[in-house]
Formats: sequence, structure tokens, C-alpha cells
Amino acid sequence: MSAPLLEVRDLHKHFEVGSPGLFGGQQETLRAVDGVSFELARGETLGLVGESGCGKSTCARTLVGLYPPTSGQVMYEGEEISSLSHRDRAPFRRKIQMIFQDPYASLDPRQTVSSILTEPLRIHRLARPRQRRLRAMQLLDAVGLNPRHIHRFPHEFSGGQRQRIGIARALALEPDLIICDEPVSALDVSIQAQVVNLLGELQERFDLAYLFIAHDLAVVRHICDRVAVMYLGKVVELAERDALFDDPRHPYTRALLSAVPHPDPRIERGRERIVLEGDVPSPLDPPTGCRFHPRCVERGEVPDNRCVTVAPELGSRSACHLPGQA
Amino acid sequence: MPILDVQNLRVRFETHHGVVRAVDGVSFSLEEGETLGLVGESGSGKSVTNLALMGLIPSPPGVVEADAMRFEDRDLLGLSDAELRSVRGNEISMIFQDPMTSLNPLLTVGRQLTEVLEVHERVSRREARRRAAAGLGDVGIPEPERRLDQYPHELSGGMRQRVMIAMGLLCRPRVLLADEPTTALDVTIQAQILELMQKLQHEYGTAIILVTHDLGVVAGMSDRVNVMYAGRLAETAGAIELFDDPRHPYTRGLLGSVPRLSGDTDADLDSIMGSPPDLADLPAGCAFRPRCTFETERCAAETPPLFDLGGGRSSACLERDALGQHQGGAQ
Repeated sequence: MSAPLLEVRDLHKHFEVGSPGLFGGQQETLRAVDGVSFELARGETLGLVGESGCGKSTCARTLVGLYPPTSGQVMYEGEEISSLSHRDRAPFRRKIQMIFQDPYASLDPRQTVSSILTEPLRIHRLARPRQRRLRAMQLLDAVGLNPRHIHRFPHEFSGGQRQRIGIARALALEPDLIICDEPVSALDVSIQAQVVNLLGELQERFDLAYLFIAHDLAVVRHICDRVAVMYLGKVVELAERDALFDDPRHPYTRALLSAVPHPDPRIERGRERIVLEGDVPSPLDPPTGCRFHPRCVERGEVPDNRCVTVAPELGSRSACHLPGQA
Repeated sequence: MPILDVQNLRVRFETHHGVVRAVDGVSFSLEEGETLGLVGESGSGKSVTNLALMGLIPSPPGVVEADAMRFEDRDLLGLSDAELRSVRGNEISMIFQDPMTSLNPLLTVGRQLTEVLEVHERVSRREARRRAAAGLGDVGIPEPERRLDQYPHELSGGMRQRVMIAMGLLCRPRVLLADEPTTALDVTIQAQILELMQKLQHEYGTAIILVTHDLGVVAGMSDRVNVMYAGRLAETAGAIELFDDPRHPYTRGLLGSVPRLSGDTDADLDSIMGSPPDLADLPAGCAFRPRCTFETERCAAETPPLFDLGGGRSSACLERDALGQHQGGAQ
């Protein structure tokens, strides 16, 4: 069996926060990503979901090398890339690209579209200058924009069109994997649907794998093959899409799914929601045992207070002490 | 008698790029205890409608006109600034989308809450503090006494939004204008806040105008829904009728664009082509025409008025009948 396209093993990313010494402050460790493992195959889409602060974006940024990992490994086609130097990593940077959430902030307002799209080719010394322009026009066409608008600036485009430019930029180096960090959450629904459909089309055309980070679970169900649910730096459940949505095993996944409003008044009014109490605890001082235990409505069913004392391992499905759920 | 009655509301901004008609002839009314959902894309005029009701449109460049804008028996447009201040935050109050920018970072939570009461009800500081703490307790904030002495930055996003809601409800308003009250929040916190708003509505009979782009939230909360496009009403209907049988191509497009948690999740979404129009440069005839799949020659020639379809429904589409017959075709 060949190695998966991407494999993440026990990835940790901790940040030291607070200033030592000054005002007698103490340094604390923020455990943003705390032992995350998963695999991603060529052409596959893995969803990474969870609420603000669960570590999904930090995880993505660590994968692409924007942050050095605290520990753990990132393997690309069986080769470890997380410990490579910046220079040795260059060929892998070509293969793993990223699309960001905010189409307004992720494009340089002073660069033309042409310059934005040819820059990656220039940096990686691909193609001659003339060909680069041609390539940029092909990219615009691929994402459904008019190639004649190549000399325009980002502000001349709408939010949805800017996100298409971001996607074209990610495609420029012919990557195998695109990490999409909330790519549609800043867009209006009708535009969001266009971009979701475009991502699907491009995946088929270029055999792309996506790591799709989102908090909108309906979008995730629509686009992903498998889904990992994160809570406070850990993956609490990882499963095939339909299994996860139709038969969620972790109490947090159940609460998360039940909180999503359905765009149908008949369903929405009649149904019982699991409403979680309180807020997500601070990753500076995560709860002992299972990190979800202070908000879990089902922990009473686990004997001996194990949820408070023992951290559950991620089994074949979920990380939970409840019988039959792992 | 409706608690709020708006006839032919028009809000325009005179900018360098020309006149922008952000709201262009919108009429609706609101009954006591009712929730009216207001949906549409960015720039469709949802928030501007609410700001106009609150008298919060800056002038210049904004100009607000209406044939009537009545709250109970008072004409909101005819009120002096002082009279408007006594209504605003008291009988009609507003919850904004972003609690970080709409709370004052330099004042404690307690001060911001007690100010509302001191201004509107002239109660003593002590009494105001007692009621502020009770208000925080109502919205599910633990240890309300302690929270009163904290500053907004010391609270989480969900907590701040609950403070905003507590502030909006402190004077038991008759009408609550909630502008994307849960958009900045995670779904589990959103569920808490929505549940809370419904509970408070039930207890106090507050009427709510809920502005949101989340059709799921609208489905759960609204009795009636107004769909706005380019500053005008595209369609208005009871929530169930609207979701079952949309009578405007834009509403249909919106419903088709929303990914679902259940059902056929592999098919492409029925997105609406193109982008929302530039309000300073609207197309002739129906503003939705360039994106519409039901377009006919008439659509370019005349701007459709809002047609009454009976049963409390109306649609601003010349092809509304053809649309009814196509029902089910695209679903």
C-alpha cells in the first residue's frame, strides 16, 4: 500500500503566552493543538470542524509550515516535511497550497490580479514571463472569471470574485493539496453556493485533495468525504461523512449537530435541541481527563468518574469513555 | 392595531458615486409578540431598515422618508431628538451583530447596563445595579454580580453577546430589533442565545424584527419573513409558506443555495448566478433580472410592484404565477 498523500502524527502546537518578568507576569502554555493525527488520500476531502478556538486553524497553519510544530510529524507521501529547513521544504510548499477565509484581507490591494497570480510562478521559477501571463489568464478562466480582467486590482471585484482569485492563486503551482481555511464563511449564501460548486469542479478536474476547515456543518456535509471534529486542541471524533452525520458517537458531535438550525420551519420548530451549558474552557488551562467533561450531558453514564480523571484515546470512531461509542 | 407600522420607507444616501437607494419603498407592520424575519444578501437593505426605525441613519449623507412610520400611536419621523431618545433603547431597542465594537471598552459591563436604566427610568444607582445583575442572570450569565465589575475584553464572545442582549432587554422593550444577533457566534452558543430570545419573548410579549442571512435561524424563529433584494421587498409570507412554496425567483435561489444537513447532499447546490447589483447603478426593470432564470421581456420594461397573492403573501415578480406551477421541479 502506498503512503497517504498527507499524514499527520501526534501533532502538537503550543504557544507560550504572557511576558516573563515584566510586572511579575507568568508565562503560560496555550495548548492550541494537542496531539492531532489523521491521514488524507489523494483526491479526498477531509473536513476539520469545531468551534472558535478549538485549534483547527492553528493545525492548518502548522501543516503548511507557517508555524513550526512543538512536536509530532507531518508526512507528505511518506516523507517527513515538518523538520525540513525552509529551503528543503520549497518543493513541498508548491504541492500544498492554502485558501484563506477573508477574501478582502488575503489579497494585496496594491497588486494587480496578474501580479498576484504570477508571483508564485516567479518565486518558484516556473515558466517564462510571457507564459506566466498566459497561465494567469488560464487560471482566471478556470475559476470562472473573465481573463480580460487580469490587469484589475482586488478592490474592483466583489467578495465572491475575490475568493475566486484566491483560489486561482492557490491553483497556480498545480498543488496536490489545498488547505481551505473557512473559504466560504465570509460570503453571502448565493455566492457561497457558487464557490462550493467551483471547489467541487476543480477537485475533479485537477484531482485535488482538500483539507476543508469550516464551522458550517451543512457545508462540510456537502463537500467532505470524511470529517474530523476538534474540541480544545484534540480530535474527538473522526469518521466517514455519512457515518458522522447520521450516527454521531461523541456527545460533543451530537450537541454540535443538534445546534445547527435547519432551513425548514417544520423541522426546526418541532425538534429537541441539545443545548450545551456554558462556554468552551480556556486552552490555557484545559479540564482534566476528557476535555469535554464539564459540558457533557452524558458523563453521568460513565462509572468511577473516569471522564474527569482519564483522558480518552481516539478509537476507531471517537474519543469517549461511553460504552460502545469509541 | 400593529405595534409598528411602516409605509413606503425610503432611505437614500447621497454619495460621490451617485444616489444610493438603500431602501426603496418598503412597507410592513409588526404585531405584538410576533417575530418578523428579514433576510437578503449584504447590501439588500436589511440593516438600513432597522437603523432607520431607530433614527440612527446619519444625515448627511442619509435621507429617510416614509409615508408613515408609526410606533403604537406615535409617528417616529415626527419625533424630536429628545422624544426619540426616550423611545430608543427603552421601548424599541436594538441588538447589534458585533458585541466587541458595540460595547464601550472603557466602561465596565455594569456601568453600561445601569446607564440604560438611569437614563430611561431614573432609578437610583443601587436599584439600577440590582436590576442590571438580574438582567445578566436572565440571559444565563453565571455570577452576574461579579460580571458587573468586569470590562468587555474580559468576557468571551458568547458572553459579550449575552451582555448586549441583556442591555437590549433591560427596559422590557415592546420591539426588539436584532441585527444578526448570533452571526458572530459558534453554533452551540447560537443555540443558547436563540433559546433565550424565545423565552424572553414569551415572557414579555416582545415583538422582534430578526435580521439574518441564516435561513436556518429564520426558519426556527420567525412567524413571517420579508425577503429583501436591492432595497425592495421581493417577497413576504408566513415562514412555513415561504419555505414550502417560494413565489419569487430570488427566494427560490436562496433556498436552493443553502447546503442541508440531511437529504441529497451530493448534488450541486442550485446557486444564483452573478452577484448582487450595485445599488448606485441598478438595472432597468426588475433588479433581480440579470440573475433570474425566469426572465421575460416584460421584466426589463417594468419594475414589478409587490403583488398581493392573498393569505398574507405577496411577491414582486411578474412571473409569480409561472413560478407557482414550477413548484417541485427544481427541488
